[in-house]
Amino acid sequence: MLSKRIIPCLDVRDGKLTKGIKFKGNVDIGDPVDMAEFYYREGADELVFYDITASHEARDIMLDVVRRVAERIFIPFSVGGGLRTVEDMRAVLLAGAEKVSVNSSAVTNPQIIAEGSRQFGAQCVVLGMDVLKVPKSEQIPSGYEMVIHGGRKHMGIDALWWAQEAERLGAGEICLNSIDADGTQQGYEMELTAMISSHVSIPVIASGGAGEPQHLADVLTGGKADAALIASMTHYGHFSVAEIKDYLSERGIRVRKYW
Amino acid sequence: MIAIIDYDAGNLTSVERALRSLGADCAISRDPESIAQASRVILPGVGRAGAGMASLRRLGLDRVLADTVAQGKPFLGICFGTQIIFDYSEEDLTDCLGLMPGKVVRFPVDHRDQAGEPLKVPHMGWNGVDWKKSHPVFAGIPEEAEFYFVHSYYLQPASDEWVAGTTEYGFPFTSAVARGSLVAVQFHPEKSGRPGLKLLENFLAWDGKEGGDAL
Repeated sequence: MLSKRIIPCLDVRDGKLTKGIKFKGNVDIGDPVDMAEFYYREGADELVFYDITASHEARDIMLDVVRRVAERIFIPFSVGGGLRTVEDMRAVLLAGAEKVSVNSSAVTNPQIIAEGSRQFGAQCVVLGMDVLKVPKSEQIPSGYEMVIHGGRKHMGIDALWWAQEAERLGAGEICLNSIDADGTQQGYEMELTAMISSHVSIPVIASGGAGEPQHLADVLTGGKADAALIASMTHYGHFSVAEIKDYLSERGIRVRKYW
Repeated sequence: MIAIIDYDAGNLTSVERALRSLGADCAISRDPESIAQASRVILPGVGRAGAGMASLRRLGLDRVLADTVAQGKPFLGICFGTQIIFDYSEEDLTDCLGLMPGKVVRFPVDHRDQAGEPLKVPHMGWNGVDWKKSHPVFAGIPEEAEFYFVHSYYLQPASDEWVAGTTEYGFPFTSAVARGSLVAVQFHPEKSGRPGLKLLENFLAWDGKEGGDAL
């Protein structure tokens, strides 16, 4: 049986690691390449790098980070943040990433999903979704709306509709981030995750809100997620990936135990 | 020199990087002559059957690969590079290389596990392998090791004789095959951490003679 994946997320700015709390007050906590190798050895199943700078100069710094990571870790990793064109995607994949993640750029230009999928294969294209809970309306029947710019801009697009549309366009996976839960460490947005996961046939990675191992157990069972993104709970040493996996395994959730 | 075959099938650098980390002398190549001179050959790949076969034929690599196998040179297929060595793939209804008797078929559209729960397609992530044969390339890999998979189509060898390992996803499917000097796996050893690197290391040391005893 397929194991549930535990995926640490590393936010990178100007080539250094950060962790934002609700996307504000980022603080530097180290070198992303060292951190990637640390997580690789600790049993992470995959890594996500999110480049929160998008200036042109920072792009090259990030590509260098990707190249150095690819030389040192031998598990899949994806890179997202500021990828606006198929050429941007190609540069990241050639530097050694397994997957690219598109978020805001896909909302404003959905064809980037189709084009990326056609050129590199659907398995390379992850759709990142930032979602905010809103009152149900005719325009937003699911009660979850797509937002961009860290939640500052509402797009008037229903999250469930968008997930299905992205699958149709050729996305290979969805990384589903709840803006409401992000940074709270109070648990994943269960209702949102279960709803999206049961309405698409591609894997869904739950993101936002992880604070303790129980939160992962919840979202990987009742939340129907295929994988769980973590950040603060392991970045600051409160938990190790191995401890989280032991916890999940004891509760009958299949995880990769040998690495 | 180990030739990593370049046929426009994506992400060859990860295989190269993994081999380099093991100290191997390897090169990504699409040149039939240098591939013919290589000591061993790896056919990796992420792609589609139709486009992949078209590239191999256009580059004249279909014949080189057939020669490689006929000469008993160690040959490793990875993921899509494994699917394309079979006779036929349902993907794009494609006649493939025919180096391994059998075909490649898609997971069912409404795929479910034995409890009736829906299973996602592609089969993406870490899964175990139930090894069916002892083989030098799979030696020293613990039972509990898992490997990284990404695929929507799976292998159906014409005979169980060549099945080296199976993986459970709704039903057991063939995830590793071995026949003579040819070994091929559905997963990505270059992205499967320590057990994957062990498999590659074994392949680098293998003389191409089959172990092949049933477990």
